[in-house]
Amino acid sequence: MNAITLSTPLSEGEVRALRVGEEVILEGLIYGMRDRTHIEIFQYGKEPPVSLAGYPVLHTAPSLRRVGEKWEKVIIGTTTSARMDRFAPALFEKYGVRAIIGKAGLSEVSLAAMQRFGACYLALTGGAAALETLQIEEVEAVYWPHLHPEALYAFRVRGFGPLIVAMDSHGASLYAQVRTAAQARLASILGQGADA
Amino acid sequence: MKNCGELRRKTLPDAPQTSQASPLVDDNETPDWTGLEAAGARPRSSVSLPNEVVSGVLPGIDYELVEEVAKELYIRALKELPPDVAEALRRALQRETHPTARTVLKTILKSIEISETNRMLICQDTGLPLYMVTAGGPWALDGCRLKAALAAGTRRATLEHPFRGSTAHPITRDNPQDNLGQGMPIIYWDFAPEQDYLEIVMVPKGSGSENMSAMEMFTPADGLGAIKRFVVDKVVCSGGNPCPPGIIGVGIGGSFDSVGLLAKKAIVRPVGRRNPDPMFAALEEELEDAINRSGIGPMGLGGDTTTLAVHIEWSYTHITQNPVAVNNQCWAARRARARLWPDGRVEYGF
Ligand code: SF4
Repeated sequence: MNAITLSTPLSEGEVRALRVGEEVILEGLIYGMRDRTHIEIFQYGKEPPVSLAGYPVLHTAPSLRRVGEKWEKVIIGTTTSARMDRFAPALFEKYGVRAIIGKAGLSEVSLAAMQRFGACYLALTGGAAALETLQIEEVEAVYWPHLHPEALYAFRVRGFGPLIVAMDSHGASLYAQVRTAAQARLASILGQGADA
Repeated sequence: MKNCGELRRKTLPDAPQTSQASPLVDDNETPDWTGLEAAGARPRSSVSLPNEVVSGVLPGIDYELVEEVAKELYIRALKELPPDVAEALRRALQRETHPTARTVLKTILKSIEISETNRMLICQDTGLPLYMVTAGGPWALDGCRLKAALAAGTRRATLEHPFRGSTAHPITRDNPQDNLGQGMPIIYWDFAPEQDYLEIVMVPKGSGSENMSAMEMFTPADGLGAIKRFVVDKVVCSGGNPCPPGIIGVGIGGSFDSVGLLAKKAIVRPVGRRNPDPMFAALEEELEDAINRSGIGPMGLGGDTTTLAVHIEWSYTHITQNPVAVNNQCWAARRARARLWPDGRVEYGF
């Protein structure tokens, strides 16, 4: 399959054109955050020092090394999105985030919010952190460094992906489709001789 | 509660009148402690094997070397994927027909290659440190020093490499940043008299897959069908969370605590090795097939490959029980193995 290359910030039109199953490669700036970063914004009411509008948010907790004024990457991977699910709708609505990059997907509530605000979920291959680290060219900024490794990170990426459109702005979720099909299949798989 | 007591009294047979010797205890082999114990002396003082004599005759071990090995194992495990796992992923790509699944498998293989050539960590999750130690015999081993050496090695790997501290206090969430803390590293001990070396296997288990693990107490009447359904359901419900396709470790039998260890031992077995018992080997194949036919696929995005292998470890259990545990392991099925000989030789492997 040919991947679609998109440069950030993403427009609503670009995101609305994406459908589940398509492959995406990202260029430009993306923001990284994790549990604590979301808690800082949504529970402690701290405004992010940069505009997230149009940008993808990556669920991550990077290992970085501080060299003088700069932050150098050690290893940057992707974490399970489910833990940050409750904050996703507000990221779309209030901050104009256009995509969440993570692993294993978000809930139906978040899926409905994607439909409403024009956002999507891009699945990254979990565990493939070595590749991901190489595709992050530079750690451009670390906001709220006292929260590291759960700060707010600006990553400059090149050829970032392939990411799979796993939840789109039309209400489709690859995870839901796969799970429903699996459950239907299981009835017949385990039905035969399961009690042998 | 009163009813329970009554019921038990009614159904239990009368206690035997004459006490019988346990079949496990051979009177001729048992050291004669009884008299001394009765006289208030501690049994230890009666055993004619003082420690000095033992360590003078039996081979000992260099605990600084153990510390070095423990450190090296943690780093190796995080950087080198066992060849059997990489091979299984390559074979999965050859068979895979689903386009998204092919993309995901290719991405995994590319990332493995990058971590190898650049000596990078495979995954950012440095896991919980866990060592499985099997001591051969006869050795003069000081378990306390061995334990301390494993902890020191864990800490040194974390600080000297350096890499992320993944351990945290369960309530305060305090992270000591050295991968230690109460109960860390996790250590399991075993003994193999036929083995002339000390074996240490390091298994840094990531949380994405560990969080998708479960155990259940079934009853004998639930039968094999319940076990199969439990294992397959667990994998299907886990979706992409445990970073499939990995190894599904299944423990069957034992007790509440031991069944979890059986499942953990199952994920440490190299891919491609079947349970030596034909009945359990057949069950492994059947579960593998059922799980792969579910179509969950790599990263839960659909495909023919949901698991690389199902491994079962089992033991006898209680007549009223049938505990089952599933330990989910991700595609980054990391482990590193070392063998130490008394002469200071160390061999590394997987
Ligand atoms: S589940 Fe395994 S491969 Fe996935 S992020 Fe965790 S440790 Fe890495």
